[in-house]
Amino acid sequence: MLLGLYNYWIVVLLMMIGFYIVIAHGNLIKKLVGLTIFQTSVFIFYISMGNVDSGSAPILAEGVARYSNPLPHVLILTAIVVGIATTALGLALVVRIKESYGSIEEDEIQIQDQLTEDKTSC
Amino acid sequence: MLAHLPILQVIVPLMAAPLCWFLNRSKLVWLLALLVSAFTCLNSIFLLQQVMSSGTIIYQLGGWDAPWGIEYRIDELNALLLLIISSVGTVVLFAAHTSIQKELPEDRHTLFYSLYLLSITGMFGIVSTGDVFNVFVFLEISSLSAYALIALGKDRRALWAAYQYLIMGTIGATFILIGIGMLYQMTGTLNMDDLANRLAEVNQTRTVFAAFAFLIVGVCLKLALFPLHLWLPNAYAYAPSIVTAFLAATATKVAVYLLIRFSFTVFGIEFSFTTLPLQNLFLVLGLVGIFAASTAAIYKTNVKHIFAYSSIAQVGYMIIGYAIHTSTGLMATLLHLFNHALMKSALFLALGAVMYRIGSVQLSQFQGLGRQMPLTMAAVVVGGLSLIGVPLTVGFVSKWYLLVAAVEVGMWPVAVLVLLGSLLAVVYIWRIVEIAYFKPPLPGREAVREAPWTFLAPIWALVLANIYFGIDTRLSVQVAQAASQSLFGINP
Repeated sequence: MLLGLYNYWIVVLLMMIGFYIVIAHGNLIKKLVGLTIFQTSVFIFYISMGNVDSGSAPILAEGVARYSNPLPHVLILTAIVVGIATTALGLALVVRIKESYGSIEEDEIQIQDQLTEDKTSC
Repeated sequence: MLAHLPILQVIVPLMAAPLCWFLNRSKLVWLLALLVSAFTCLNSIFLLQQVMSSGTIIYQLGGWDAPWGIEYRIDELNALLLLIISSVGTVVLFAAHTSIQKELPEDRHTLFYSLYLLSITGMFGIVSTGDVFNVFVFLEISSLSAYALIALGKDRRALWAAYQYLIMGTIGATFILIGIGMLYQMTGTLNMDDLANRLAEVNQTRTVFAAFAFLIVGVCLKLALFPLHLWLPNAYAYAPSIVTAFLAATATKVAVYLLIRFSFTVFGIEFSFTTLPLQNLFLVLGLVGIFAASTAAIYKTNVKHIFAYSSIAQVGYMIIGYAIHTSTGLMATLLHLFNHALMKSALFLALGAVMYRIGSVQLSQFQGLGRQMPLTMAAVVVGGLSLIGVPLTVGFVSKWYLLVAAVEVGMWPVAVLVLLGSLLAVVYIWRIVEIAYFKPPLPGREAVREAPWTFLAPIWALVLANIYFGIDTRLSVQVAQAASQSLFGINP
């Protein structure tokens, strides 16, 4: 029972790993890596659930009566594209953050922001 | 042609977005964007009229029947949201050409309009579609362009704010995606209407509970409900002024719409409010949000920060109306959606005008502006009064209905707390008024002139709307009432 659902366990595991990286790491690139892993786990989740027991690949063929459901795969193609766009935009932002702050570490950026904040408010 | 209005609302700005990039002349592109958003505005008025007179409009994309094809479904609620987004989008865009000349480098102007149109496309898509996966796709279109728009800000902190928003927003959107996946797993359908029917059979399973939790948390991240609001203040404060005015008036509203749509239409009131104790949770979060955010607003020195925190507080009011889950409560929420869009777009545009003239929105820089920019500051005052909820402004109307709704179900403490929360708004608005009107102009600064008319016209159009809809409440109340009644399944 538990082993039979192993791909769902992988999904949960990957999701937690990704989520943990996003929260725990201060490096902006690592955060994006975590975010990508997090999103990928959802892709696997969708693909797993499209599977129909003893169903074959959803390509019309003689002598096959049971097909897996192709719709989740199609949905996830869209989600993958969205994921790529997000990662690309995130990386572009990191490049510009590096240019203007000279760092991609969260705490260093926050210290610099605090300094500007103090300067403008007094 | 008439039958295709629902899809034109989304397609026209989508097609215009790349066109902006090809035209590549700042003023020309501005006119095009303005024309397109004016079209969507007229279109949404037309749709609203049609919905009010002859009921829900159903549009099937490509002629495919509903559970298989994607359908667009416009009822009173959708039509109201479409009107809010398109009208605010148009009015704000009117000031864009003047504003971005000071705030953005020349080569970014056309990209700005492309992103603006894409963002508005995403929002239109979210509120018109009747398909949950479509919601996710449009949500990402509007969010991704919003991240890029925020990153256009002059201050380098805009980049950091956009990055944080990107991380939080993507987590929210992925949560929504997980929720949608689980719903599909249980029912085999993505159509909202179909989901509502099929969920009834399986709604006591753990998967559906998990789906609901993922969806609600994801949406709440997007709408900046109190503990999940951390991305909002900096994103609003450092984005270009036009972007702030636009996003503050629309982005969180769209998320509130999704919350209402998912809990009322897809899962059903029964499930959302009786199986799960959502109302107590949301009531507490809403109230804590009002007090925490309003208190934070009092101590901020950047005026954009002040109003950004006030936005979080205002989301709290909307959530309280939602949590009361009566027809009146929901109506108060919908009215506040409409009214808050009017107030915040006027206020942030006025700040944009200040930014245009003095290049800063620090509170200390506001000294003497009351006399030097009388019309702009008067707009801030009226907008502020509306935020507080003074009679004859729109803010009063929605708070009134919220109080009525709370008293109707006997929640006296909530009503009292809502009133106390409004008093906090008095404090932060007064700080701005005091500095702008009762302090002498800063020594050593050249006399500041009044904002150009391209700013004043949209600002005062919004301010007058604030007053008009505060006095003549027929239109807004009627639509909000019809929308909330149709969500509760009451036939008027």
